[in-house]
Formats: sequence, structure tokens, C-alpha cells
Amino acid sequence: MTTAPPSITSSRPPADQVGAIAWLRKNLFNSWFNSLLTVILGLLLVRSLYGFLSWATTTAKWAVIPANLPLFFVGRYPVAQYWRIWVIISLLAVLSGLSWGILSRNMAKLFDRNILIAFGIAAAIAVLAPTPVPFRILLVGVLGLVLASSWMGRIVGRRMPQLGQWLSLGWGLSLLVVWWLIAGGIGLPGVKTNDWGGLLLTMFMSVSSILLCFPLGILLALGRQSSLPALRWISITFIEVIRGVPLITLLFVGAYMVPLFLPPGIRFNQLLLAVISLTLFSAAYLAENVRGGLQSVPRGQTEAANALGLNSVLATILIVLPQALKVSIPTIVGQFISLVQDTTLVGLLGAFEMLGISRSVLANPAFIGRYAEVYLFIGAIYWILCYAMSLGSRRLEKQLNTTH
Amino acid sequence: MRKWNSTLLAVSLSVAALAACAAPTTTTTASSESPAAGAASPAAAGAPSRLDTILSRGTLICGVEGTIPGFSFVDSSGKYTGLDVDVCKAIAAALFNDPEKVEFRNLDSTARFPAVSSGEVDMLSRNTTWTASRDAAGGNGLEFAPTTFYDGQGVMVTKASGISSFKDLDGKAVCVETGTTTELNLATRATEANIKINEVKFQDSNAGFAAYQEGRCEAITSDRSQLAAKRTALPTPDDNILLEDVLSKEPLGPVTVNNDSRWYDVVRWVTYGLIQAEEFGITQANVDQKLQDPSPDIKRFLGTDGDLGKQLGLSPDFMVRAIKAGGNYGEIYERNIGTGSALKIDRGLNKLWTDGGLMYAPPFR
Repeated sequence: MTTAPPSITSSRPPADQVGAIAWLRKNLFNSWFNSLLTVILGLLLVRSLYGFLSWATTTAKWAVIPANLPLFFVGRYPVAQYWRIWVIISLLAVLSGLSWGILSRNMAKLFDRNILIAFGIAAAIAVLAPTPVPFRILLVGVLGLVLASSWMGRIVGRRMPQLGQWLSLGWGLSLLVVWWLIAGGIGLPGVKTNDWGGLLLTMFMSVSSILLCFPLGILLALGRQSSLPALRWISITFIEVIRGVPLITLLFVGAYMVPLFLPPGIRFNQLLLAVISLTLFSAAYLAENVRGGLQSVPRGQTEAANALGLNSVLATILIVLPQALKVSIPTIVGQFISLVQDTTLVGLLGAFEMLGISRSVLANPAFIGRYAEVYLFIGAIYWILCYAMSLGSRRLEKQLNTTH
Repeated sequence: MRKWNSTLLAVSLSVAALAACAAPTTTTTASSESPAAGAASPAAAGAPSRLDTILSRGTLICGVEGTIPGFSFVDSSGKYTGLDVDVCKAIAAALFNDPEKVEFRNLDSTARFPAVSSGEVDMLSRNTTWTASRDAAGGNGLEFAPTTFYDGQGVMVTKASGISSFKDLDGKAVCVETGTTTELNLATRATEANIKINEVKFQDSNAGFAAYQEGRCEAITSDRSQLAAKRTALPTPDDNILLEDVLSKEPLGPVTVNNDSRWYDVVRWVTYGLIQAEEFGITQANVDQKLQDPSPDIKRFLGTDGDLGKQLGLSPDFMVRAIKAGGNYGEIYERNIGTGSALKIDRGLNKLWTDGGLMYAPPFR
């Protein structure tokens, strides 16, 4: 007796076990209590969303944003020198494009779908931005630069793979050029730090503090683990004292007390003092993050390095630190993100960084009471900044991931 | 491994770069006490003055608040604007014949006095109330130039309420911020006027304004300048009026450091000059015609006769320059906080003494 063998063609699972409805039932409506919670919270959510949308489209007066756009981005930077900002943006666009192209030269596609979508959104914003037409053309041009230079980077990178090592040097040099373009001097009219503002100042403070606190934090972490008692105690004291003091106190000390200790006639630039305070503060936290990473590297690694003939300095730099830093990337980036947000505290001391300039915009009699619109706008900018950083860190983690 | 090498290289390079670049800016504002410009001021007989420093530097450094509607803020084109700002500009114009030769520093209320004493700013024009303890050498040790705005606690009511004076508040609900001098002043004035007020207390001023907007109280009390600013944010500002009554004294004016009469006199007399110009009817528009005016008072004032400017250590036409910068006191007031602005603060106490206000300049002779 022969029976037909059971068909092995796959059939779809029953509809009540997969799909949106099944997911809803499994996660949101699996008991009467959860169903009730879902309904109540859902109603609340819809109601708030409706409230927000109707506020945003009827009550809110968004004119305050386009009217003050230059203030939000560059503060009181002289209009005649705006071209320098555009040069900086283009320079950074070309560099990031090149880096992207060179680093992803071996991938199948230059851009994956998410990045293309992000580009599309950025292009739409650039085209629809409520700024004069020349600015929009420039914005689109910058996006084009990123695309073109990443394509170039891919081609050049495939021909000369050793080029990748020079990228970091390029970024380092670009910092000098950016600094020169912002501040002026040597052939360019100088712009006083007093006139820097908005996103430009926020970025300047964040980037300088991040670059300065990173090496300092690593040195402190190594110092704390050092076998030399003096070095160890200095590091521990520094870390514990700075971590025990709120940042705003440090900023006040920098702004108001340091000038009292200095001999009369010598005065430090306020921005410099703010950057120093931010750097010291972050370095202390960073040191603890890096120490966590250092302790996660097994002793065997150091011993193996010594066995291979590396002295302790080389063993630390070549073997231990790379592994420790890789482990601490998430916490380090977390520290950097909070550093970006901490720059708002400098606004309380009178600097026109993004929050400070917003407070001044709100004091313009033409825009009194437009708090919600202004704070939503700069909130969105902060979010974009910080989310970009966390995306970048995730990519870096993936790239450096060598575990199997 | 090579990757980390190059990263470390880049980091150390950039650190070196930043350190190198940061150095030149550290001492940019170092104040040189060299009396290089002493020759420019014939009255430089006494001790070295801040005036010499300012003249040799070529710019005035003025401390402002930076976030007060109508008094000092940054407008959409990035320029400092406001009544406090215009006073600084008038002084800069008197010194350098250029109202733009002034640098502004934002100072919060903690920073303002140390900034003046340490010489970080040449003067404050930042609604600072003139009080005895701030003026006294044993207190904050400051010098107060003439008041440029007589602020004070005021009362705002809705037109519909029919209230027209403080006495009408009898039995009415008034929103007030709790734990402030505002609350005390209201109670004191109510007792004095022998009326009974139903105080509705709030922890912060925004909550109080929300309550006033919802009609939970018929009136709200706060500083007059603040009431005027908040009024513009109401849905229908014109349906609300500020009562003429002033419940407290808050004279606000420019401030300089103690024991520097030459510099203080410049600030004081340029400020007086703006008030005097209004009294003479000299405006930004007609100042050039007024140079031909036969009146001896006006001739002395504008420097076509006598040597008032020289005595102050300034050029003879210093008031012409100051008035050309932003007009007389009345023009500055109306443009920034009066009828020409969104704030529409009534002149009230800030009228000229000839109109029943407190603005009075001693004679220029």
C-alpha cells in the first residue's frame, strides 16, 4: 500500500500566530489588565499627540525660527565673514566623504539603504529650508560634495589602500585650518571669541573639550593604575575631587575665581576658561570609564606582551590600551554626549552658545513668549547632534569587533 | 594596531594644535594702564584713570544683561539692541565719535559687580537698582550714574475689570509671586491705602501669568518693565493696562567703579546730556541745525561755545556725537520700550521734570 509522501512544501503558519494582529494580541492584549493598560495609555498617547499637532499647526508661531536662523547657527558672527563658515562646512564635508569612501572601499555598496534615506531627508531639508535661496543652493552643494568625495575616496582607496592611514593626519590638520578660519589672524580679519555663538560655539566647545579630555582621561586612568605611588595618588586625588564637584561649580570657579587669583592685568579669555573647566570635568569621568576597560583586559595579555619582549610602555600602548578602549567605547561616547549637553551650562554664564542665544532671542520684544517653539527647535538640533554621535559609535564598535 | 597608532598620532597633534592656538587669546584683554592717551585729555592731572585705558584701547567695554526685553538683547541681525545698549552706544560715540566702538559682555547678576571691580568691563548698563549698600565704599563700592529708567513694582489689570487705580483693587484678587519683596510691597501698600486685597500666591512668575490669563485673578503685580514685556505675549495685549501707580522704587542706571572720578564724570554727564538734549528739544534729526541756535545754553551744551568737553577730558562736541548716535533720552526710550516698540511702557516717572516726571539734568555750564 502506497501513500503519497507528505508534502514538504512549506505552508504559511496559521494567521493567528504571526503578523501584526498576533503580535498585538501576544504583547499588548494578553490579559484583561494589560488590555486595559493598553487602551488607557493608547488613548492618552493619541490625545497628547493630537494636542501637540494642533498646537504646532495653529497656536505656534514658527516665524521666530527662520527670522533668527543665523543667530541659532553662528550667533553674532559677522555677516561679512559667513563665507568662512561655509568653507569650514565644505572642508568637513569633503573630509568625511573621503573617509567614508576609503574606509568602506571593500564593502559591496558604498551606501546602505538607511544612509541613503538619511541623505534624502537631508536633501529635502536643504531644499525646503526657510533660508534665502543662495543658502539652500550652498546646502545642496555641501551634500553633493559629501557624495562626490565619498565616491572619489572609494576609487582612490581601492587603488592605494595605504591612504587610509593618512586620514587621521588629514583630520588633525583640518582642525588647525578650522581654528584659523573661525578665529582669523594670519591674513584673515580676526573675529573675537565674544562674537562666536550658536551652534558654532556649541560645536567648538564640544569638539575642543572632547579632543583635550580624551588623552587626559587616558593618562589619568593609566596614572591611577600606575605602580608609582606619587603618580597614583595625584591621579586619584584629581579624579575624586573633580568628580565630587558639580560642573556648574567648576565653571563658576573658572569664570569668577581664577581672575581673582591672577596678578592684575592678566586676564584669561572666558571661552578658554570654560573649555578648560569642561575638559577637566570630562577627563575625570573618562578616566573612570577607561579604567573599567583596562581592568577588563586579562593579565595574560600583558604577560604575553612582556614575554614577546615588549617593555611595559609598549605593552600598554600596543596591547592593553587598544583592547581597553574598544571595550569602553559605549561609555566613552556616552560621556562625550553628555559633554555636548553640558556646554549649555556655559550659556548660563553669559556665553551665546545655542541655549544662551535662544534666551536672547526670547528677549526680543517681537518674539516674547515663543518659548516652546524656540526650545523645541534647539532641542531637535541637540538630538540630531547626539544621535549622530551614538550612531557613529555603534558603527565604530561594529568595525572594531574582532570577537568570534 | 597601525590604526591605533595613527589615531594616537592624530589626537596628540590636535592637542598640540589647540594648545598652540589657544595661547595667543589668553591675554588679549589685558588692561594696559599706560597713559598713552593721556595727552588727548588735558584734564589728566590726577591719578591714572580708566578713561585713559579706554581711549588708548579704542573701544568701550560695556556689561549688559543680554536677555531683558527692550533693555538689552540681540536682535535678528545679531546686533545688540535696547535702552541699556543705547546708553553704552551714546557714551562710545561721545568718546570715539563712533557708536559701534563698543564691545558688549553679557553678565548675570552674580557676575556683574566682580566684573566692574576687576576691570573686566568699563561700566555696567544692566538694570541694576541703585541702593545705598551698593554705592557705599564699605558695601559694593560702586558709582551710580544718573538713573536711565525708574522701574518699580506695578499692577496690570484687564480693561474689562474697570479698575483704574490702586484703590480700586479693594476686595479684588491679585496674582503675586510668593516669597519676594513684591509680595511684601503689595501688602504694605494695601495697608497704607486702607484697602483689602485677596492675594493669590504663586511660586513662580510664569504660573502667576497663566492664572491671570485664565482669569483667576483680576490683577497681577510685578516689576513694571516685566509686566509690559509679558503683556506682549498675551493673546490680546491691548485688553490689558498697566496702572500708573508704582508700589516700589527701583531706579536703574549705569554703574562704574569707585574712586575714578574722571571716568565716572564722563559716564554721568553723557547720561545727563541725553536727558538735557530732550529738554532742549535737540534730536538725532535736528542736532546739526541746533548748532546754529543762538541760545547760549544750547551753544555751551553742544560745544560751539565754552570748554565743557575739554573739562571732562572729551572733545568739545561730545554731546553732538552722542545725540547723533541714537537721539536724546526720549527718542531712546520711545524706540526701545515706549510707543515705538512692542512693549509700550508708559513714560510715567520717566517723563522729564517739566512734564511731571523725575528726569532732571543739572545745568550744563
